[in-house]
Amino acid sequence: MIKFTHIFTLLLCTSFVVQLTKISQKLTAKEIIEKVDDNMSSDTQITESDMVIHGKRNSRTITSKTYIRGKHDSYTEYLAPAREEGTKMLKLDDRLWIYSPSTDRSIQLSGHMLRQSVMGSDLSYEDMMEDRELTDIYNAEIVSEEEIDGRNTWKLELIAKVNDASYHKRMIWVDTERFVPLKEELFAKSGQLLKETIMSNITKIDGRWYPKKMNYKDMLKSGKGTDFIVKSIEFNAEIAAHIFTKGSLRKS
Amino acid sequence: MKLTLQLAYKNLIGAGLRTWLNVAVLSFAFVIIIFFNGLMDGWNQQAKQDTIAWGYGHGHLRNNNYDPFDAFTLQDGHAEMPSQIEDVRPILIQQANIYPEGRMVPVLLKGIHPNQNVIKIPTETFQSSSVRFPAIIGKRMAESANLKVGDEVLLRWRDKNGTFDASNIFIIEIFDTTVASVDSGQIWLPIETLWDMTGLHNHATMAIANSNYKHSNIEGWNFETQAEMLQDLDAIVSMKKYSSSILYLLLLAIALLAIFDTQVLSIFRRQKEIGTYIALGMTRHQVVRLFTVEGSMYSFLAMIVGCIYGIPLFIYLNKTGIGMPQASQDMGVSLADKIYPVFGLQLIIGTVLLVTISATIVSFIPAKKISKMNPVLALKGKLQ
Repeated sequence: MIKFTHIFTLLLCTSFVVQLTKISQKLTAKEIIEKVDDNMSSDTQITESDMVIHGKRNSRTITSKTYIRGKHDSYTEYLAPAREEGTKMLKLDDRLWIYSPSTDRSIQLSGHMLRQSVMGSDLSYEDMMEDRELTDIYNAEIVSEEEIDGRNTWKLELIAKVNDASYHKRMIWVDTERFVPLKEELFAKSGQLLKETIMSNITKIDGRWYPKKMNYKDMLKSGKGTDFIVKSIEFNAEIAAHIFTKGSLRKS
Repeated sequence: MKLTLQLAYKNLIGAGLRTWLNVAVLSFAFVIIIFFNGLMDGWNQQAKQDTIAWGYGHGHLRNNNYDPFDAFTLQDGHAEMPSQIEDVRPILIQQANIYPEGRMVPVLLKGIHPNQNVIKIPTETFQSSSVRFPAIIGKRMAESANLKVGDEVLLRWRDKNGTFDASNIFIIEIFDTTVASVDSGQIWLPIETLWDMTGLHNHATMAIANSNYKHSNIEGWNFETQAEMLQDLDAIVSMKKYSSSILYLLLLAIALLAIFDTQVLSIFRRQKEIGTYIALGMTRHQVVRLFTVEGSMYSFLAMIVGCIYGIPLFIYLNKTGIGMPQASQDMGVSLADKIYPVFGLQLIIGTVLLVTISATIVSFIPAKKISKMNPVLALKGKLQ
């Protein structure tokens, strides 16, 4: 009986590995990225999230609600803490405006201002502005298969094929079954690791797997980085068109 | 006039302690005015010399898109230097971050030719260095980032297309300057190294002119002369001069008030004397002149007393200088750890005239009353 169980397990494992190999053989790195993209994106998204910025002495949490339309337009309103409440951010294609309730003014961020950190986090406005398809910027290839937190992943290496990519190289670990990235590393031209993103708390929402927690970390800085925690998310919800206009950057 | 001077002198000396108290206060005002202005002139002179030597050279040729007061223009404010321009040394400025001890510190990378001699940055050290990314920093930068010679620190920058790059740079020298604008938050690299790092070959944000430079219009570039750049420094020093003048003008006002008071009291108490002068044949105007000369003679005596203790003090300060606190040296304006006051002839003559004229005016105002006095009543010593 024991022998039979062993054989059965061995067969099952062999079959799983064969299946996995078949999938990875079938799918190219580009197709994997496209599948990830299909899984992660939708026509519209409404997300309520907490951004936990870990400082040296303490951490602070910023709550926001974000509306996303397609790949190029987004609108974020900060809800808490009181100091940030009412701050709004509108991105339309390659333009970004910030509305500050204390001055009741909107300013368009451009040039070097986009390189500044978002509310003191490890994310820059420019990181948020990048909306080009990864396949348009990088040549991707599968370099290996690795296990992360008990999940099998493809390790993809993406090397920039255009001159103006912020990061020359990216490494992405994609869950082989759920097509969710579990980890991403961003590198400088010299090969120096600059940033790392860890996705966790993968949950099935509306039939798709989605990471509800993301930790962004500037690897050159000490500290625990910035956590982005999704409190609620709606895919393909109806969003009024006026949200994505400059008119929404007013006191509510 | 000789008689007036003799009488005035005898009257003053005869007044004893009252005269010497007035003279002491006025001499103090004298010394303080000269000291403050000398300090400001010394600062101005020193700051100008240092700023020219370390930063301005004989003027800056700047790319039209670059504004030294707007960091956001650094991204696009550079171009290839036209080859026909001579007698200038190009400098490329780019923004970057260093990460000493895990802290992110924004810095300006400044690329400069190793064999330049237009400014005092010790770039010759680059020539003897064999490391890939040799860097020179100032003392303020070294202190704020906790760096010393021989240290390596991770630098992150972007190339011309905006792609991140990062590498360790090696601190080969730390220079000490009074000019914070070439030190704070800045890292100096060989310009060829910065060109390689950014891909901006032959580009410059600005160029520093040497004494042979003759400016002619260059498209896309504008030239600011040394004198134009020094205007800001002059404005700061003169503003500082005016604000500190409140203190010594207050002191001068106290001294003048004392003279005024003394004069009023003299005219009140010396009515019989005034009557006698007129009875002996002096006109009223001659008596007014006598009292005015008495008042202005305070300033002459104050000058002599001031010289007795002021000259040795000024000579001493001029030799040893006056120490400035560390915190004030981190301001954007050039400020040495010691300022050596400069006591010019113009300053001394100006102060002498200011004190003498104002002492004469405050002496004349109460003395005017004499011209309306009835000599008979004055002789009797009756109040008028």
